[in-house]
Amino acid sequence: MSMRPERSFPAQVASEGLAIGRISLRRMRRSDARPKGTPEEEIVRLEAAGAAASAQLERLIGRAEAEAAAILEFQAALLADDELLDPVRARIARGEAADAAWQQAMDGQIADYQGAEDEYFRARALDLADLRDRVAELLAGGGDEAGAPAETGAIYVGTDLAPSRFLELDWDAYRGGAVVKGSSASHVAILARARGVPLVVGLAANESMLVDGAEAILDAEAGQLIQDPSAETRARYLRRAAEREAEARRQASHLGKPALTAAGERVLTYINVDDPHILPAVDPASCDGVGLTRTEFLFSGEGGLPGEGRQLGAYKALMRWAGGRPVTIRTLDAGGDKPIPGLTPDGESNPFLGLRGLRLSLARPDVFRVQLRALARAAIEGELKVMLPMVTRPQELDATRAMFRQVVSELLAEGIPAAMPKLGMMVEVPAAALNIAAFDADFFSIGSNDLVQYVTAAGRDCEAVRDLYDPLEPGVLELIHRVAEHGRLTGREVSLCGDMASDPKYLPALLDAGLRAVSVAPARLARAKAEIAGYG
Amino acid sequence: MADATERSIVITHQVGLHARPSVKLTKLAKSFDADIRVRGEGTEDWVDAKSIVRVMGLKLREGTTIFFKADGPDAAQALDALVGLVERDFDEHAA
Repeated sequence: MSMRPERSFPAQVASEGLAIGRISLRRMRRSDARPKGTPEEEIVRLEAAGAAASAQLERLIGRAEAEAAAILEFQAALLADDELLDPVRARIARGEAADAAWQQAMDGQIADYQGAEDEYFRARALDLADLRDRVAELLAGGGDEAGAPAETGAIYVGTDLAPSRFLELDWDAYRGGAVVKGSSASHVAILARARGVPLVVGLAANESMLVDGAEAILDAEAGQLIQDPSAETRARYLRRAAEREAEARRQASHLGKPALTAAGERVLTYINVDDPHILPAVDPASCDGVGLTRTEFLFSGEGGLPGEGRQLGAYKALMRWAGGRPVTIRTLDAGGDKPIPGLTPDGESNPFLGLRGLRLSLARPDVFRVQLRALARAAIEGELKVMLPMVTRPQELDATRAMFRQVVSELLAEGIPAAMPKLGMMVEVPAAALNIAAFDADFFSIGSNDLVQYVTAAGRDCEAVRDLYDPLEPGVLELIHRVAEHGRLTGREVSLCGDMASDPKYLPALLDAGLRAVSVAPARLARAKAEIAGYG
Repeated sequence: MADATERSIVITHQVGLHARPSVKLTKLAKSFDADIRVRGEGTEDWVDAKSIVRVMGLKLREGTTIFFKADGPDAAQALDALVGLVERDFDEHAA
């Protein structure tokens, strides 16, 4: 027990859960410039930081999936190259401090890449900046022991958590996270929910209030971080954690059975796949198939262009895992809050209303055709459903279908087995929801995260208008009902694959609106099935 | 360079000599004792093929020709291996 009094810091819940452990405080700001040593001492500091950064990268490479690993390997190779460090050593020899010398040398390199004609080389500036910051942090005496598993379970506390950083961290070691910035609708919140990692954002605390290593409780139900909990608080949370565990076990009992409402109506429960690396941990028999595969994981590495072969390998692996159950793969949904260096346009004034989703794919047929070829080849492996994001007009769907058919006939002409999969659309744009009967899609899937923000005109990532971003807004439910009804009348499946589907607060409203298919994060499957069993 | 050998090949990789291909190329180059230099078409700057900073710095795009020259006991094997890697599109299309 600590001698310090218990302190509680409020925050917003981004991913529900409870965690009891110790605060692992990630430096929130650079320490003030330290006194400069002799050139010899500064060289030693530089080499030590370089070695520590290399070790961090190696650890991360060991855990990362292929896409992320490629970028980390590139950074590790740079760090191992004397051509990178020699100019820094030369600056130090001339009397500069290690951190200033490193910063200057790297900034020069970064500017060089930023000035490249080719967008893929321009995009590498980000990787260099990432490496620059990693080493700079170590030079400043900070640095993150992300790779060192915490003994008693740690709670990650910091200013911010980028999606790439989230994927780097070892969530077997960390029990949860609390960050000062961010929003509960952000990409990182989606990742946390998919992995079942408790996370709060908008933490009302600064570094001087937080104690690294202090015992803490992360209450990602009420939305608070409690530092140095009293014995009484601790006991209360331990009881609650035990209750939650019992509840989870009860929910898990629904996993092996098809989801039925209390009235005996069948509801299809699919899973969302953000990253195929979670699949081995999920029993395919616990779901009705895959309702959404976010293919951005394939594009998040190397400048965003995986070849046909690499894509086909990933799609086939999914189909094999599903064992004959339907697999829905969404074509690349880049843009908005999911920029892909070298692919998505830079500096759009309003990226959520810009060139994103299918709009971007149709604007870049060179990239799109590679994905369509890989999908057409994967279609012979089982029941593949391909879904298009951000469809606004029927013409976009028709143009894609025509391109897809052309790709299939080209493949067959080349003697490569291929087939035309079912082609469906995401319903995210209000104009499409209102005009749903005009779309000749094989199936529909409501993308509630974006639909809610477009219907309420309240950004997913904007804390100030959080209360307006309401999935239960009558206008939102009206559109969901409209699409569900169209599906019922025309015999086409309508599912919903946003966060709404995995939240017990919203699921009854979705069933009321007539939906009989949902797709949820694997971590929420048991809960959704239990909720459905209690409905009606 | 008396026993230097030179070879050239067009890069067909979709995004040129990018991060991942550059990592593969420098790793392969380092596995040989020979001094290996590389340059892109339109420039006379030969750079060290074992340095990722230098190789990436060439910023070679798809459709450009890459030139290799090597000097040392295993120069011929080194050139065969490097040209082979570029020919195979840096092994990026294996499913």
